[in-house]
Amino acid sequence: MSEKTVALFVSCLVDQISPEIGVATVRLLRRAGCQVDFPDAQTCCGQPFFNSGLRNQARDLARRTIEIFEPYDAVVLPSGSCSSMVAAEYVHLFEDDPDWEARAEALGAKTFELSRFLVRQGWAPPGSDAAPTVTYHDSCHANRLLGLGGEARQLLESAGCRVVEMVESDRCCGFGGLFSIKMPEVANAMTREKLRQAVDIEVDVLVSIDPGCLMQMEGLVDPDGPRVRHLACLLEELG
Amino acid sequence: MSASISQFRSQADSAINDLPLQEAIDTATGNFWRGREGALEELPDSEGLRDHFKAIRSATLAQLDEHLESFESNAKAAGTHVHWAEDAAEACRIVIDIGKTRGVTLATKGKSMASEEIHLGVALEEAGIESVETDLGEWIIQLAGDPPFHIIAPAIHKRRDEIVTLIENASGESLQSAEIEDLVAASRRLLRSRFLSAGMGITGGNILVSETGSLVLVENEGNGRFVSASPPVHIALVGLEKVVPTWDDAAVWLQLLARSSTGQPLSVYTNVVTGPRKVDDEDGPEEVHIILLDNGRSQLLGGKYEEILQCIRCGACLNICPVYREVGGHTYRSPYSGPIGAVITPLLMGLEEYPALPQASSLCGACRDVCPARIDLPRMLVELRNDEVEQGLVPWSVRRAEEAAAWMLMDVDRYRRLTGLMRTAQLPVLKDGDLRMPSFLDPSKGRKLKGLAPRPFREIWQSELEGGDG
Repeated sequence: MSEKTVALFVSCLVDQISPEIGVATVRLLRRAGCQVDFPDAQTCCGQPFFNSGLRNQARDLARRTIEIFEPYDAVVLPSGSCSSMVAAEYVHLFEDDPDWEARAEALGAKTFELSRFLVRQGWAPPGSDAAPTVTYHDSCHANRLLGLGGEARQLLESAGCRVVEMVESDRCCGFGGLFSIKMPEVANAMTREKLRQAVDIEVDVLVSIDPGCLMQMEGLVDPDGPRVRHLACLLEELG
Repeated sequence: MSASISQFRSQADSAINDLPLQEAIDTATGNFWRGREGALEELPDSEGLRDHFKAIRSATLAQLDEHLESFESNAKAAGTHVHWAEDAAEACRIVIDIGKTRGVTLATKGKSMASEEIHLGVALEEAGIESVETDLGEWIIQLAGDPPFHIIAPAIHKRRDEIVTLIENASGESLQSAEIEDLVAASRRLLRSRFLSAGMGITGGNILVSETGSLVLVENEGNGRFVSASPPVHIALVGLEKVVPTWDDAAVWLQLLARSSTGQPLSVYTNVVTGPRKVDDEDGPEEVHIILLDNGRSQLLGGKYEEILQCIRCGACLNICPVYREVGGHTYRSPYSGPIGAVITPLLMGLEEYPALPQASSLCGACRDVCPARIDLPRMLVELRNDEVEQGLVPWSVRRAEEAAAWMLMDVDRYRRLTGLMRTAQLPVLKDGDLRMPSFLDPSKGRKLKGLAPRPFREIWQSELEGGDG
């Protein structure tokens, strides 16, 4: 495995609310043989503003993010949704601006969600006897915009987890960013349905690669139900 | 009608807490989306067929005027009267004028979303023409005075006991212990007399085939055929985006339509109407009228929303939508609900009237996955949100809060300082890492909200991780 320097784009949610996901990510990347750098100027990829229709603000934050991360060979995010913003949506923000569009495209091509990056690095976690039975939530943007899902399942199985599927692993958890605050009754009903499907298959852990989905599901999960955890935290803990 | 955020939220909340309704929605939409998956798997290359269909739809819309003109001249050659209706009022007026000219007092109706869109039933009633819905689901909601709950299954919200009472009241028969077959039979007896005495039949239309000037009408109950063939006059009300140049194109459409909506390879009846009855035909109407309904559609041509005109009203996006499956159809306060409703309603009826609908989505993208024309519905929802910002339709406080957040995030020192202040400010309401707010202030309505972590990741990085093995 070649030693490689990657820039960690931790996302604002992880930075401020779930820093343990960032810590686990750094440790996993190091186990996979990477040098990790954390560009301190980073804040937010701009997705909340893009989704709210504040396109100018989304563009400003995208330009800022591109400037911060474009010097690196690879950028890794422990968030499927933010990865999709950088890798799939940035180019659409600059359709009328060829220079920035090219820079957005170049950054998109070297931006990876964590599970995909680890698998592409050829890294696999060692099997653990303590590995729980899990189910994987196919978060929407990771699944539909980036085609992610196989990587996380592969890593979980390699760690010794039994992966059981929900009826609709790709059904939205209800988060949707500010949607969960703008329409909380609807979002919560969606989350309860998601959690019901996880409870039905009697797993120990409901795994996601998205801090947003996790925050949403953690907010309503039953104390007796499955634990809700980020892939990085689970893998890091299993060793 | 209109739908503000607060209306949408409170109506959604009622639907979410109505458990029998939730079960009815789950059963109906579940059967539909599972049926769709199975039906598409039967095709040798359903993905390729969808690509082909998308290409047909976008190429046709790019030259819609030419295709409509050629449809009009071929339909006229076949003896059909073709009318152009710029808006709902004109479409209703055309129908009423035809009815008045023929002295019609009773009209039978086939299921038509376009007629729901223009509120044709109300207009006919005001003009003194009785109209009777003949699709079973539409008839039930007509008896109940409800709007449709779903594009293809308008009455899924009605419980069995409610339906029994409605049909009892309409028929005068006692049906309390009736089986479903008996209910259908009672409806059939009632509707049969109306079919035979109606002075005109009004239907929608699924496809307009330009090369022969034909109308294609699909349905499952035979009522559409009865309505279009039995009365002396048949009027079809069709959105002007429903045209294709050739029968080859129509065949692709038909292969995808029923599969995407109910999971059937084809619907039970596929009716083709090419002009009125010919001299040696045994039956069929004496007059056929096709009304090409614009009502805001042509304004979308050539703009960022043109793609929405590729919709064929199959309902697949409703059946897969995690929002529709919780809030149901009536919450959208429009005949068009679900993802397609959230886009087409504001476009046809005014964004200022329906500001809630583009917000009623987590942008999960499941709708785009199942759309037979691969319409990028999430992209259009974001475009509409953008329009709301530009047109000043976003509440002032929301707009200012979001702008302030963006301003904070544009500068890392500002971000560090302000998140530091928030860390202190949250302390009075922080308990075990969660924000505990009085319920009237709770923005998440009962969902636990995590507060900011004691230390942000960037501090942990600096003190414990940077340069080390952590």
